[in-house]
Amino acid sequence: MESKPVYPLMENAADTLHATSGRSVNAIDLDAVARGELSPADLQISPEALRAQATVAADAGFRQLAENLMRAAELTAVPNAELLRMYEILRPGRATEAELQTLAATLETAYQAPRNAQLVREALQVYLQRGLLKRTMG
Amino acid sequence: MRSKRFAILAEREINQETFVEPWPEAGLIVTDSPYDPKPSLRIENGQVVELDGRPRAEFDMLDIWIADHALNLAVAAEAMATPAEQIARMLVDINFSQKEVRRLAEGCTPAKLCEIMRHMNVLEMMMGLAKMRVRRTPANQAHVTNWREHPALLAADAAEAALRGFAEVETTVRVARNAPFNALAILIGTQTGRGGVLTQCAVEEALGLKLAMKGLTSYAETLSVYGTEPTFVDGDDTPWSKAFLASAYASRGVKVRFTSGTGSEALMGNAEQKSMLYLEARCLLVTKGAGSQGVQNGSISCIALPESLPGGVRAVLAENLLASMLGLECASGNDALASHSQIRKTAKLMLQFIPGTDFIHSGYSAVPKRDNLFGGGNYDAEDFDDYNVLQRDMQIDAGLRPITEQEALTIRQEGARAIQAIYAELGFPPITDAEVEAATTGHSSDDMPERDLITDLNAADKFLAGDQNMLTIVDALQKRGFTQIAQNVLEMGRQRLAGDYLQPSAIFDKHFHVLSGVNDVNDYTGPGTGYRVENERWAEIQQIPQAKSPRDFINPQVGEPTAKLVEIGPAQAGTRPEVIVAVGPAFNDALTRTIGALEHEDVLKAILTGVASEGLIARIVKVHHSSDCAQIGFTGSALSGSGIAIGLQSRGTAVIHKRGLARLNNLELFPQSPSLTLEHYEAMGRNAARYAQGLPAKPVAVKIDNWARLKLIVKTALLHRRETEQITDQPPGELLFDWEPDV
Repeated sequence: MESKPVYPLMENAADTLHATSGRSVNAIDLDAVARGELSPADLQISPEALRAQATVAADAGFRQLAENLMRAAELTAVPNAELLRMYEILRPGRATEAELQTLAATLETAYQAPRNAQLVREALQVYLQRGLLKRTMG
Repeated sequence: MRSKRFAILAEREINQETFVEPWPEAGLIVTDSPYDPKPSLRIENGQVVELDGRPRAEFDMLDIWIADHALNLAVAAEAMATPAEQIARMLVDINFSQKEVRRLAEGCTPAKLCEIMRHMNVLEMMMGLAKMRVRRTPANQAHVTNWREHPALLAADAAEAALRGFAEVETTVRVARNAPFNALAILIGTQTGRGGVLTQCAVEEALGLKLAMKGLTSYAETLSVYGTEPTFVDGDDTPWSKAFLASAYASRGVKVRFTSGTGSEALMGNAEQKSMLYLEARCLLVTKGAGSQGVQNGSISCIALPESLPGGVRAVLAENLLASMLGLECASGNDALASHSQIRKTAKLMLQFIPGTDFIHSGYSAVPKRDNLFGGGNYDAEDFDDYNVLQRDMQIDAGLRPITEQEALTIRQEGARAIQAIYAELGFPPITDAEVEAATTGHSSDDMPERDLITDLNAADKFLAGDQNMLTIVDALQKRGFTQIAQNVLEMGRQRLAGDYLQPSAIFDKHFHVLSGVNDVNDYTGPGTGYRVENERWAEIQQIPQAKSPRDFINPQVGEPTAKLVEIGPAQAGTRPEVIVAVGPAFNDALTRTIGALEHEDVLKAILTGVASEGLIARIVKVHHSSDCAQIGFTGSALSGSGIAIGLQSRGTAVIHKRGLARLNNLELFPQSPSLTLEHYEAMGRNAARYAQGLPAKPVAVKIDNWARLKLIVKTALLHRRETEQITDQPPGELLFDWEPDV
């Protein structure tokens, strides 16, 4: 059984912290940089760390921040360019109904991101109601 | 007929501002618009069906978001049923904790939040803010920009800002393509000044995320939200896209806060006739619902708009308080230029400065106003000394610390050198030694040489588009010998892996120890509790470089006594017409000069000359039993054959006394000792001689300098203390002065 995360994780649980590359936070130092061993994936926060922080936030009474961090945990799987694209089409007047449906499905199935998929589906309903989808000429 | 006084008032800075009457239809009203809804909330089957008078069928996107994501439905009924006045009283009452108030605030609709504020004056709001601030320890944020967007100057200013205590530094662009280089420069500069300072680059949303992905920034702030749907859409987002963006940043380990602020909706033409505070309350609930850990508010760029209206500054304080009540980190405005008047701008600042907020300024311009690219600079680099004095005056921590000139030069040079080294290592257009020196000693863009902007911009484009990232930077720093800075930059990257600083109100101290609303909880419940300014921090705040030891203050007044003036025995009462010059116990002994740096010997000569020019002789007497000017003069007049005496304290204060007058009365008084010249003393001598002969005398005119007491009161007090120390219980002594006037 996993025990509750003790905050700050960097001071109390550094041994459990690693990047999505698998590299431990303790293996990130100037020597590793000098040896050319590190890449951006070594500075990418893991979904586990985000979920741990979500627990910390929830326990401290910050419910919506915890939900944000849970969404973030899911989004660690999405590559940079794709993430930027997803954000872009969620902005008003960018996407058609179909495009948002597709986005939700992609999040759900390609990235196992149900919370984000739910957010997108909700957005779709609201955008339909409020006329915030892409304006078509026809 | 015109008033001269009103003509002078018209020229005052305050009268360069714009003041308008409220006009609710245009959204020009800070609180309590007649069109603001009354608070209401109806929940059916666990879903909000009515919010502030609007049924769900009529919800706009903000209402939907607030209803479904922001409100804590578990407490909403209780919160809405609690009288607003009662919650207002809980905010002020030290016996209610932050937690108890926040619990209810999270169930309040925007209109309810406004109703709570309606019951409060600014003093009460400040009490509330002191308690509701999320992080126990207050901090401050700086803007570092410059018109030239010169990297060496950015790095130098960022280094100095970090050394001065700012926990966050924000930059932006004049030319958008400079973004990655500007972000890089302040990252390097801050980590030079002190490791752990958070940095951001305020640009368009998608570009901002890109910079964060490359590791060039550690947080983002300008995720803007707006209080009406059309305004939000004009701002090119929805609560859903903003919530997604916040999570996108978090998924890269990067902290975020949203930005709102009264006035934006009115400025952007879609206030829907609502008050600014009501719309801001909606923004804050949108922010809360999205799970942003915090907000930058306090009108921000629109500040002049609420400040043009009555109650504007009060409303801006209210919005900071609402943010804190909702458990949001609050970077509380005080950034954009708000006023021409130094009086007005500081009065407004005090509403956040005194209670403390998570960031007193959401952008103190750490550079001169003219280099501030945010249209900001309400407070700028030229106010640093004033600011440090305010902290010292009030024993308040507003996030800053005094530094010496040498410390500034050293850190600026190092920051500039570090960015120079990176540019060299990575093949960016070079930064010359001359530019490093200019950035080190310079104050603004005016002091910097021009760079080739086209070449810089092309390099910036390549840098943004390419693969170079934070690790490349660390590597370059290390190769060039800037090990500590490399270590600090790398640590900013490492900390992303932990995500500790994603919690509410998180900052790092100089040891990269995180302080946030989780481990630095504001436990204020009245005197003796919560954050107190004491021990090391208070000592640091006190030590402004300008503070001198008072022990050396009066050294200029202590010199070699003249041998020409000697006490020869007890003073006798005189019988013939004469003027007595009665001097204080320290005269020509423990003190030898006046506060105006006149030698005692010269002062005596001047007086004696004046007396002699009216045909009388002066006798000098030393009073030992009192240091009080009136008493000295009174004693002299008792001994004087004519009844007339000049009383003279060692510091120069003088009085012409006459026997028979009450001790504290006199013929002429000269309290402004710093303003007295030898001419004045000579005139005193003449007048005294004339009084002694029963002749009329035109009182000596001494200009009144109201600043003298302000500037010299410490010195005055210490000189008087020195004189008082010489008091002995002895009768006055006769002094022989080996000198004759030349008349």
